[in-house]
Amino acid sequence: MKVRLQDHILVPKHEILSKDKAEELLKLLGITREQLPKIKTSDPIVKEIGAKPGDIVKITRKSLTAGESLFYRLVVD
Amino acid sequence: MIDKILSKYPFPESVKLEIKEELEKLNLSADKIKALVDRCYKAYTQNLMEPEEAAGIVAAQSIGEPGTQMTMRTFHYAGVAELNVTLGLPRLIEILDARKTPSTPMMTIKLLPEYAKDREKAKEIANKIEATYLKDIAEIEADIKNMKIIIKPDRKMMDVKELKMDVLKKKIEKSLKVDVFEEDEKLIIQVEPSYKKLIDIFEKLKDLVVAGIKEIRRVIIRKEGDEYVLYTEGSNLKKVIKVPGVDFTRTLTNDVWEIYEVLGIEAARNAIIKEALETLEEQGLEVDPRHIMLVADVMTVDGELRQIGRHGVAGEKQSILARAAFEMTVNNLLEAAIKGEIDYLRGITENIIVGQPIKLGTGDIEVTYKFGGKR
Repeated sequence: MKVRLQDHILVPKHEILSKDKAEELLKLLGITREQLPKIKTSDPIVKEIGAKPGDIVKITRKSLTAGESLFYRLVVD
Repeated sequence: MIDKILSKYPFPESVKLEIKEELEKLNLSADKIKALVDRCYKAYTQNLMEPEEAAGIVAAQSIGEPGTQMTMRTFHYAGVAELNVTLGLPRLIEILDARKTPSTPMMTIKLLPEYAKDREKAKEIANKIEATYLKDIAEIEADIKNMKIIIKPDRKMMDVKELKMDVLKKKIEKSLKVDVFEEDEKLIIQVEPSYKKLIDIFEKLKDLVVAGIKEIRRVIIRKEGDEYVLYTEGSNLKKVIKVPGVDFTRTLTNDVWEIYEVLGIEAARNAIIKEALETLEEQGLEVDPRHIMLVADVMTVDGELRQIGRHGVAGEKQSILARAAFEMTVNNLLEAAIKGEIDYLRGITENIIVGQPIKLGTGDIEVTYKFGGKR
């Protein structure tokens, strides 16, 4: 049985954002791509979902205070 | 209907749930619900952090003050008896320093349903995980006269650990790169006539791990609710999750660095929050999770674990003066002078040093006058 790292209770849901959605997001936040928090290509979850450098990963966190919160990270080398 | 009205407001999920719960009890008309939610939204916006507020300073104070009341003592036992766990201030420092290995690594291993209910099966897995040293299952003797090492395995211990003679033989051959001969229930290693080599091999044999995971020094089985849970001294997440019968999704370690390496940066962030909150809670201190979350966020923004301190967050500040004010003043100034660094005076610390208004709160708001505007 192959383990899916994303099933672990500590790992929130990671998704690759589509090109249009990424542009929309940057416009909404009024920032450039580089101003986003980063995630490395060597990150095990990035490898698992197959994100490439330059992609934006949408992370749906379970938050202690907000119930659910969205976070975005830029994939970098 | 409530959902439809609520969806128009940018409330966080937990607030939405709370409002919905209260509204369902009241059974109001649509107009009244709308008015009520509107009032809730006003109260919500008033309670939000204001722009330019010094969130980091507030977090630092909110964690720092309870920190003064924590125990300085390193050891103390928690929950699981007979397992030593670092707690209190030393543990909190360890978490924020993002140490490569904690001083007392520990794992909580949950089992799959078919193993968790049965003590015998739980024990089976515990045996597979716990490191077994050769000296635990066999007698090792050095025959100096004939330059031989004789290993006499204990039958009973071998059975308990489910080890076979030939497996043991192969294991020794592979890890020490020597030839092993089997002779009526004994394993014999013939060493070249060198006293030093004999002692060398003898010492290595004593510490040889023949079964289990090297880092896991001890496993304790405990019943929690209706399932058996394994607690370990020592930690190796990567290997433990591959053991059949272990429920990988619920298995945890207190080694944040290991979580970062195996499960990635987001899991590490969650682990920092969890560990820090647990440490504070155990000491009877209540710190709002928001402060810890901010610290965890700062430690993980770059996609790698950075410690709060000289080699991490504080040491990477752009401003020379801010770095010099923090730690190692002379070193920082000297290095900056050699490199010819420039301080743009954008941060807080450096502006206080030179005596300028800081860019924080109202200090960061500039008033502009629009000429000819309507009144």
